[in-house]
Amino acid sequence: MAVYAGPVQDLIDELGKLPGIGPKSAQRIAFHLLKLSRDDALRLSRAIVEVKDRVAFCARCFNIAEGAECAICLDTRRNPSVLCVVEESRDIVAVEKTGQFSGRYHVLQGALNPIEGIGPDQLRISELLARLEPEGVQEVILCTNPNLEGETTAMYLSRLLKPLGLKVTRIASGLPVGGDLEYADELTLGRALEGRREVDLD
Amino acid sequence: MALYRDEGIVLRTWRLGEADRIVVIMTRGRGKVRAVAKGVRKTKSKFGARLEPTSHVALQFYEGRELDIVTQAETIDHFRSIRDDLDRLAKATAMFEAVDHVAPDREANAKLFAMLLGALRALAAADSPLVVPAFFLKVLALEGYRPVLDECVLCGTATDLVAFDADTGGTLCRSCRRGGPISAEALGLLRRILGGQLGAALNEPPSAATHEVDQLATRALEHHLERRLRSVHII
Ligand SMILES: [Zn+2]
Ligand SMILES: [Zn+2]
Repeated sequence: MAVYAGPVQDLIDELGKLPGIGPKSAQRIAFHLLKLSRDDALRLSRAIVEVKDRVAFCARCFNIAEGAECAICLDTRRNPSVLCVVEESRDIVAVEKTGQFSGRYHVLQGALNPIEGIGPDQLRISELLARLEPEGVQEVILCTNPNLEGETTAMYLSRLLKPLGLKVTRIASGLPVGGDLEYADELTLGRALEGRREVDLD
Repeated sequence: MALYRDEGIVLRTWRLGEADRIVVIMTRGRGKVRAVAKGVRKTKSKFGARLEPTSHVALQFYEGRELDIVTQAETIDHFRSIRDDLDRLAKATAMFEAVDHVAPDREANAKLFAMLLGALRALAAADSPLVVPAFFLKVLALEGYRPVLDECVLCGTATDLVAFDADTGGTLCRSCRRGGPISAEALGLLRRILGGQLGAALNEPPSAATHEVDQLATRALEHHLERRLRSVHII
């Protein structure tokens, strides 16, 4: 529904295509941008152009990269036999912060969401399969989100990968540290019970 | 603007902003409700997995103009055997998509809610090939488009029914035939599903006939909705 004249409506339409931005937010952001000084507006537009010109996706793992391959893929100290599959590049940042993982990654650039029309072909799944043998991958860790889309994706991938003779693991789901048990939902608590482990005494 | 309580089944969700989701819920008392679940994407959200699709939950909402706000959610059944199985999850998703398209916002439809809950319970108990087609056919019947199955839609003869056409509204005889062919086995299953023997039909093992019924029910519902059901065709 075009309410505003030419350029303003174009801007609202473009903003409305961004994730999580509905028509009302798009309108609000557009009017905020209209009020910006010319310098501020140019800085924003330059940042967008810059990132498009200088940053692309790693040809191997689809992480964001400033060259053909990302810093992690180029790092020869990383263990090539373990691959951690994530939905988005930002998930790599989260896993890296734990300091617990020294293998490489594969970014699917999304998660299966059949009701929204997102199927296997829209994700980097064929690229994942193509990497396994040449890179000598022995274990794939499915590190997709612990929500419905992420779990659907993990189930789909494990069905695809297990027959290939790989070790396929899924990150454990459990209770958030620092929370109270009584607030945990039944699904989370049930899974946490299943994933219980023996108490270390040392 | 007021608080209200209802129970419902979560059909689908969308991300909203930084940490929220819009949750689409088929409720028992108010039909399909769209509500915002604030902070639900944070690891420490009080909602946890309760507002994910397949969850049957008791809810408290704050009524808003377009979107309500979920203020409390307690699990009645999280249907774990569906969530943990890709095939069952795909089936449940197809039913959720159908309900989302059939049910208008905020229009009570206790019958549709009860049918969906019944179908989920059947699916949780056993991965039957006829759960989804049976549900689609029952939805069509509920909407007033129950297909004719015991005579030819055009000439009324009860013998030699060899075709089925969603557009015309049911079975057709050899001389009036249009749409697609239908086998005697598939026709038998359709009659059982809509003729009060659903429980027995759900025990059918997968076969060519159950596959035929599946395809036919999907086509019939898609024809009625005038759109493709994405989740049926994607995985
Ligand atoms: Zn890379
Ligand atoms: Zn006829």
